[in-house]
Amino acid sequence: MNELPEREARRPGGEVAPWRRLVVMGVLVVGAGVVMARAFELQVVQRDFLTAEGNKRALRTVTVPAYRGAIRDRYGEPLALSAPVESLWVIPAEVLKAPEYLPALSKLLEFGPGELRRFLNVRREKHFVYLRRHMNPAEAHRVLALKAPGVFSQREYRRYYPAGEVTGHVVGFTNIDGRGQEVMEAALDTPLAGKAGARGVVRDRSGRIVEQSGDFESAVAGRDLPLTLDLRLQYIAYRELKAAVTGHRAHGGLIVVLDARTGEILAMANQPGYNPNRPEDRDGRGLRNRAVTDLFEPGSTIKPLLIAQALELGRYRPDSVIDTAPGFFKIGSLTVRDTHPQGAVNLARVLSRSSNVGAARIGLALGPAAVWSGYQKFGFGDPVGAGYPGEATGVFRPSGDWGQIATATASYGYGISVNALQLVRAYAALANDGLLPVLRLVAGGEAVPPQRAVSVKVARQVRRLMEDVTVGDGTGVQAAVPGYRVAGKTGTVRKHTTGGYFDDRHQSVFIGMVPAENPRLVGLVMIDEPRNKEYYGGQVAGPVFSNVMRSAVRQLQLAPDGTPLTSTAAVPAPPPTRDPRT
Amino acid sequence: MTRRDWAFMVALVLTVVGSALIVVKTKHENRTLVHQLEQLRAEKARLETEWAQLQLEEATLAHHGRVEQIARDKLKMSEPRDTRVVRSQQ
Repeated sequence: MNELPEREARRPGGEVAPWRRLVVMGVLVVGAGVVMARAFELQVVQRDFLTAEGNKRALRTVTVPAYRGAIRDRYGEPLALSAPVESLWVIPAEVLKAPEYLPALSKLLEFGPGELRRFLNVRREKHFVYLRRHMNPAEAHRVLALKAPGVFSQREYRRYYPAGEVTGHVVGFTNIDGRGQEVMEAALDTPLAGKAGARGVVRDRSGRIVEQSGDFESAVAGRDLPLTLDLRLQYIAYRELKAAVTGHRAHGGLIVVLDARTGEILAMANQPGYNPNRPEDRDGRGLRNRAVTDLFEPGSTIKPLLIAQALELGRYRPDSVIDTAPGFFKIGSLTVRDTHPQGAVNLARVLSRSSNVGAARIGLALGPAAVWSGYQKFGFGDPVGAGYPGEATGVFRPSGDWGQIATATASYGYGISVNALQLVRAYAALANDGLLPVLRLVAGGEAVPPQRAVSVKVARQVRRLMEDVTVGDGTGVQAAVPGYRVAGKTGTVRKHTTGGYFDDRHQSVFIGMVPAENPRLVGLVMIDEPRNKEYYGGQVAGPVFSNVMRSAVRQLQLAPDGTPLTSTAAVPAPPPTRDPRT
Repeated sequence: MTRRDWAFMVALVLTVVGSALIVVKTKHENRTLVHQLEQLRAEKARLETEWAQLQLEEATLAHHGRVEQIARDKLKMSEPRDTRVVRSQQ
């Protein structure tokens, strides 16, 4: 037996028997085949599963939060700004393994004795638990300096609103994860937010980053977005509004200031307000931006629009005389009354004494279709847009539904409802020589061309008529701005409820423009339910308009167009109003 | 093996050793650069924090309410009541 292989293996000349070669080759081939098959199985068949398992153990993708762009005013002052903060997170099981760190941690994080341990014990199965979010970076670093195992920090951004409640209703706020929750923060969320990046890292068992596998996707920072607001004007508007609402013990109020030429919203403030920096302030009542979401009947403030239509149609002239005696008249079940009864008056007096009888007579003479189309040209029933979410467009029924009574009431502003921006836009058309501007709150973008509401001539005539409101015995003398001519209109609107109007609940309104000759600014002030004795629009809203516009014309350096200022030195200074935050 | 084969082998060995050394060097450079990158990232984060905090501080100090209060109470200022408009020649 021993000799046989010897003999067979060694052929003369050192040749190896072919079968042995075949066996060796076969074993090698089979072996290689097995290895290949296994490799195939691991690399191809089970690849996804194994990669996932491996990554689960070592590789972590860390999201890199994108910097959320700031919201700024037209001059670049920040209204909403993100600042980096640290959020501490823990792997509870790891922390509990090293209990000697617990007292120091509790102390730095102001946990009560034993509280931290209980907190961790409850969550010991989890691998990611926030210990505290949005910490000051310096404090977070003090905690990390303890080098306690299983305690990590993650960079996040927190939103700050430097102007606080002054711009709260315009800017809105984000939730704790940095997503826009309200108004502009929500409406502009996508461009502001940017895009979060992701970074692959290899972590060891205790969670330390030991290697970095490069950037997967870099974060794209959000864009800074400028609004058309002018923070200085906004502050003054807010301050005066708040003072008036408090002073008149009113339910609320709003103010809007527009650039008459461009339709840009320079200031928009509301009462009651809220401070977006304080999450506990974010309740339902204060959040509403009444200028956009609330409707009201324009009341007497609609009369200039009616008169513009009357002049436009050539049915009246600025010096036309209307008989309003004896201060009331009846149409069916409706009695139209004047608060200040007069006899035969011209159009200027109809406005300056705010005669309902005069307006109703004009409206009835024009007929429902003409009245309706007049208002429609001024943008009633047409949403303002302006990029602000949640707008209410108002009630503006077609004129076919209007009978005599509806036409008469529509002539002095009842039975129709608008939001404040729609009303102020209509006045901007008068200020802008008849061109109805497109309102804007977000700066930039292409300007949409304005639409013509009335002719240049009529717009100027109506402005001239409205100037009488703020002089002499006009209802709006308290809205006058020393040195400037102001064209405007008061409104004292009775609030309605289902089935009727309240006798004692009013909305006091003043809308005006300055300087009247060539208006740059249009402002609307509305005080909701003043509860002191005064409730006329001229008395309640007029002074607010005056105070705000005084500051505005000075800040914007608008040249006076009225009487020389020396004669107005006797105008009493408005009482200094305090910081609205206090 | 011929002399040519030997020379070829030596050349291959040298190339392998050389490339190994280059790998070591590259890896080292990579680590150094990653370290630098990490440091620069940290620096960037620090500067970002500082910038945001400075902006916030500025906005807080320049809050109109605060400025107004200081102007009125401390500096006893008030709004100008009488102004003269001077038109500069264009």
